[in-house]
Amino acid sequence: MSEVLVVVEATKEFGVKKVTLEMLTLARELGTPSAVVLGGTGAAEALSAKLGEYGAEKIYAAEGEEIDGFLVAPKATVVAELVKRVQPAAVLLASSQEGKEIAARLAVKLDNGILTDVVALDADGTATQVAFAGSTIVKSKVTKGLPLVTVRPNSLNPTPAAATPAVEQLTVSVTDADKLAKVVERVAEQKGSRPELTEASVVVSGGRGVGNADNFKLVEELADLLGGAVGASRAAVDSGFYPHQFQVGQTGKTVSPQLYVALGISGAIQHRAGMQTSKTIVAVNKDAEAPIFELADYGVVGDLFKIVPQAAEEIRKRK
Amino acid sequence: MNIVVLVKQVPDSGADRNLRSDDNTVDRGSANNVINEMDEYAIEEALKIKEAHGGEVTILTMGPDRATESIRKALSMGPDKAVHVVDDALHGSCAVATSKVLAAALGQLNADLVICGAESTDGRVQVMPHMIAERLGVAALTGARKLTVDGSTLTAERQTEEGYEVVTASTPAVVSVWDTINEPRYPSFKGIMAAKKKPVQTLSLGDLGVAPAEVGFDGATSAVVEHAKRPPRSGGEKITDEGEGGVKLVEFLATEKFV
Repeated sequence: MSEVLVVVEATKEFGVKKVTLEMLTLARELGTPSAVVLGGTGAAEALSAKLGEYGAEKIYAAEGEEIDGFLVAPKATVVAELVKRVQPAAVLLASSQEGKEIAARLAVKLDNGILTDVVALDADGTATQVAFAGSTIVKSKVTKGLPLVTVRPNSLNPTPAAATPAVEQLTVSVTDADKLAKVVERVAEQKGSRPELTEASVVVSGGRGVGNADNFKLVEELADLLGGAVGASRAAVDSGFYPHQFQVGQTGKTVSPQLYVALGISGAIQHRAGMQTSKTIVAVNKDAEAPIFELADYGVVGDLFKIVPQAAEEIRKRK
Repeated sequence: MNIVVLVKQVPDSGADRNLRSDDNTVDRGSANNVINEMDEYAIEEALKIKEAHGGEVTILTMGPDRATESIRKALSMGPDKAVHVVDDALHGSCAVATSKVLAAALGQLNADLVICGAESTDGRVQVMPHMIAERLGVAALTGARKLTVDGSTLTAERQTEEGYEVVTASTPAVVSVWDTINEPRYPSFKGIMAAKKKPVQTLSLGDLGVAPAEVGFDGATSAVVEHAKRPPRSGGEKITDEGEGGVKLVEFLATEKFV
């Protein structure tokens, strides 16, 4: 069976990201998964056990300052060379900012079609995408070149399938043109040990109704009790209640968790665009007419400052 | 500094949006078409750079005739002129072909700096800045929430999932911005009047030296096979809190096995 290249997404803090495990699971349906690790020196060794656990038969590694010290372009050059050499059945990347950017450059380098935000991929290369804020299901295909696809986090359930991957170090041959955008500093702002927003199976979000930045502690407390990530509506972010990287909506992150809890969020289209493919939606809002209730599987009309602390207390009692 | 801002006309994201049943492209004919929201932030950033460092701001749009409305709207914020790439053969173009056309147009405009929104609200594909940079062989600083210009040196704070990265490059470069970077100005009455007289140059594929077979449906590298509306979600149970709302909420979460 042909190789399927999975470009690994990982963080220093948490290691291999869940979307990578989803991609490895998907790749097993399409061929033999090979993981591609692009990062700092030693990155592949640190990640190999986890990648093997989910079925990576081989790991290609390109490591070092040449790869990690510049924005995206060197990574695309390495993957493009690898694609030409191994002729994979498909290339999978995460549908994150960086994943889409590497894929963008690959598409131009290889003169190859590209499909982003894919939630399912059939063996014949037919991809399923969710368009227009979750309102439309699209089936599409790459018609020139191989399936070059970015996979949206939380699209499928990752399942382990143990393999013992051998690591092959790639010779890095990046060009001067790849080194035009230099990364000077990386700053972590993610607070605590909460799961990453787009990958979390539970997301608890606060909106304008939360009232101020300090009150977001309520949202965080409920998120922590449910083992979830914290999100915020655009209104809450614009009002300075919570940082922008946690914004869920049309101009923020798209999330698709098992459970989405909306606190003090009216449910404007802007917000719905980022969360309406969530499996179960729960809402608390003082306005009984708020559009969020049209989506919510369970809604409570009332004062979130009474309801949320009571819910938190009840969860603690049950634990 | 010679700055070009990429502006795309998109169907209003606040209204119902559809794909056409005949050719599977975005239905623009029946939609309320507006300037892509994120592009307004790109225009604002370009105008701020021009105000601080001098130069010229040009709007570049690829799109059908009706995109003229969005070009005038963009010009009313203050840019100097616009270039509109319009050609019937472009209908059905994929992202890869679109980047080819925009790169060809940019090649004629000699931009020091190309600024665009991080993504459009219709496709949300987020690939255009890097595709264009790859074709032009220039730097791409993408996902900027802050941009500093010092001579020919650009420094951006790039939003990441974990926080941010500080990235630098020299011009010429492509920069894409998020909506956290600034607060776009509203066009003044004077600006709206002035926009009507600003030069808008139209370019065809022939002017750009791009063959029609490289774009549109013929040159597309991907295709929509089928599409369908997702059934709308229907609201479930809704209760009014009478003192037990929090407990009842947890009871629901427990039946769904989240607690």
